[in-house]
Amino acid sequence: MPAIDVAQSANSGKKLNRRKVRWWKSRTFDFLQFIALIAFVVWITWRSAAAMDYRWQWYRLPKYFYRIIDGELIWGPLINGMFVTLEIAAWGMVLTLIIGLITAILRLSDSFAGQVLARTYLETIRNTPLLVQVSIFYFVLQPILGINNPLWTGILALAFFEGSFASEIIRAGINSVPRGQWEASSTVGLSKAKTYIYVILPQAVPLMLPPLTGILVNLVKHSAILSFVAVFELTTEARNLIGDTFMSFEIWFTIGAMYLVVTITLSTLVGVLERRIGRGR
Amino acid sequence: MSDGTGKQAMIQLRGVNKMFGDFQALYDINLDVYQGERVVICGPSGSGKSTLIRCINRLEEHETGEIIVDGIRLDDDTRKIAEIRAEIGMVFQLFNLFPHLSVLDNCTLGPMKARGISRTEAQKLAMRYLEKVRIPEQAGKYPSQLSGGQQQRVAIARSLCMSPKIMLFDEPTSALDPEMIKEVLDVMIELAETGMTMICVTHEMGFAKTVADKMIFMDEGRIVEEATPAEFFTNPKNDRTKLFLSQILLH
Ligand SMILES: Nc1ncnc2c1ncn2[C@@H]1O[C@H](COP(=O)(O)OP(=O)(O)O)[C@@H](O)[C@H]1O
Ligand SMILES: [Mg+2]
Repeated sequence: MPAIDVAQSANSGKKLNRRKVRWWKSRTFDFLQFIALIAFVVWITWRSAAAMDYRWQWYRLPKYFYRIIDGELIWGPLINGMFVTLEIAAWGMVLTLIIGLITAILRLSDSFAGQVLARTYLETIRNTPLLVQVSIFYFVLQPILGINNPLWTGILALAFFEGSFASEIIRAGINSVPRGQWEASSTVGLSKAKTYIYVILPQAVPLMLPPLTGILVNLVKHSAILSFVAVFELTTEARNLIGDTFMSFEIWFTIGAMYLVVTITLSTLVGVLERRIGRGR
Repeated sequence: MSDGTGKQAMIQLRGVNKMFGDFQALYDINLDVYQGERVVICGPSGSGKSTLIRCINRLEEHETGEIIVDGIRLDDDTRKIAEIRAEIGMVFQLFNLFPHLSVLDNCTLGPMKARGISRTEAQKLAMRYLEKVRIPEQAGKYPSQLSGGQQQRVAIARSLCMSPKIMLFDEPTSALDPEMIKEVLDVMIELAETGMTMICVTHEMGFAKTVADKMIFMDEGRIVEEATPAEFFTNPKNDRTKLFLSQILLH
């Protein structure tokens, strides 16, 4: 997310001083530079692969996306894997927001027990590796809680991880609403809960959206870790395919590109949504 | 507690002390405000005027002493506090309108969500008060599209929509450009004429002379002088009051 921010501001900066630019700072030169860079990377990759005697077999790839059998479209493992990844990210985001909101409200509350609970959760999640957390969910909590679906165990584990970051974003958003809003709300008779719903969150959510996009992107990326607990998301499918076909270069490049397409699309969509909300006032 | 006519005081403060950490903001405050009475509080900045009126609707919690509003004693019982807050309207120096809501929705939020009045009823109510403060035509706008004076009048209408028994004003005109002060004071004078119980922190001495039944001067967390306007302006007893008045009237 910060990387995207920087890229955007760099772009708009360029737009601003577009007049009077030297040729080496011009758009065209930028573009040529970019093409040259890509060409260089491709060349290096190709050269190293050649040195390793790697046999490129891109032509075998399409059928792992989709096949048409008897005029019927059948998705291949890569697309199916991507759907599972999106499913993880979607449900994960819903749970992340719930966990994040509850944690943020607990931390902002006057309740000592609530604050201790929230702090314990945050410190535990932040100071242990994600891989260990997923393992605990999968090997310890799943049998205890009796969840018999590794997909949901995985989603839960990811949501608890990302929820700790979301809670900070939500807390910062809530804190940025001035105290006078709380006071005005209570003088027109609203309880604390109603003040959150009708006064604080409507003002805080637009501020939270940009950083929360980063969480959504992280969910897409971090879902790859679930490949190690037998969830059939994109990375698992890719690893299985490589096992079957030995096309490791092609497939790793391909799923890398697929993750990129998904995350950039998501960021763009949220950007549009944000501008909509911004215009609504 | 009663005045000459035997009426019960609407607001009673007895020996109220208020601390902010180690700093004592209010010392032994005693005050009675009767139904329909208009009290104006003035005093130098930092003397505890805001703290005093914020204790009355419990935006601040006092440490010792007693505050009784309309027969209800303010303590830790949150249900009572909600009950009292609903009876006390408050107008802030910086308006504190809800920026994400239209003027109309600012006014209907409390009646609808706290009182459970239907939307149409709440809107009717809101329009009635927006007419009273003379900005019904701005109902559909957002606060940021209004001038400071208009925003403050919306804030007054928003409070009145809760049909409060008491209105508190905390320097309602001190954030306004001079040309907008009058439009807000006019609305407050009209409100005073309806018999509303009012406590106003303000340095608008013209307004004070017009509406006040009682003047209060505060300094360093204490009520230093309490008098009728006639006495207060012509014959103040306390030296600090005299100094303050001479400074403010020079302006
Ligand atoms: N929330 C707070 N925390 C600490 N000190 C405060 C707080 N609010 C007010 N004070 C202090 O209490 C004193 C009285 O403040 P206030 O009632 O706002 O004065 P006034 O309204 O007369 O200008 C001031 O010295 C102020 O710094
Ligand atoms: Mg003040």
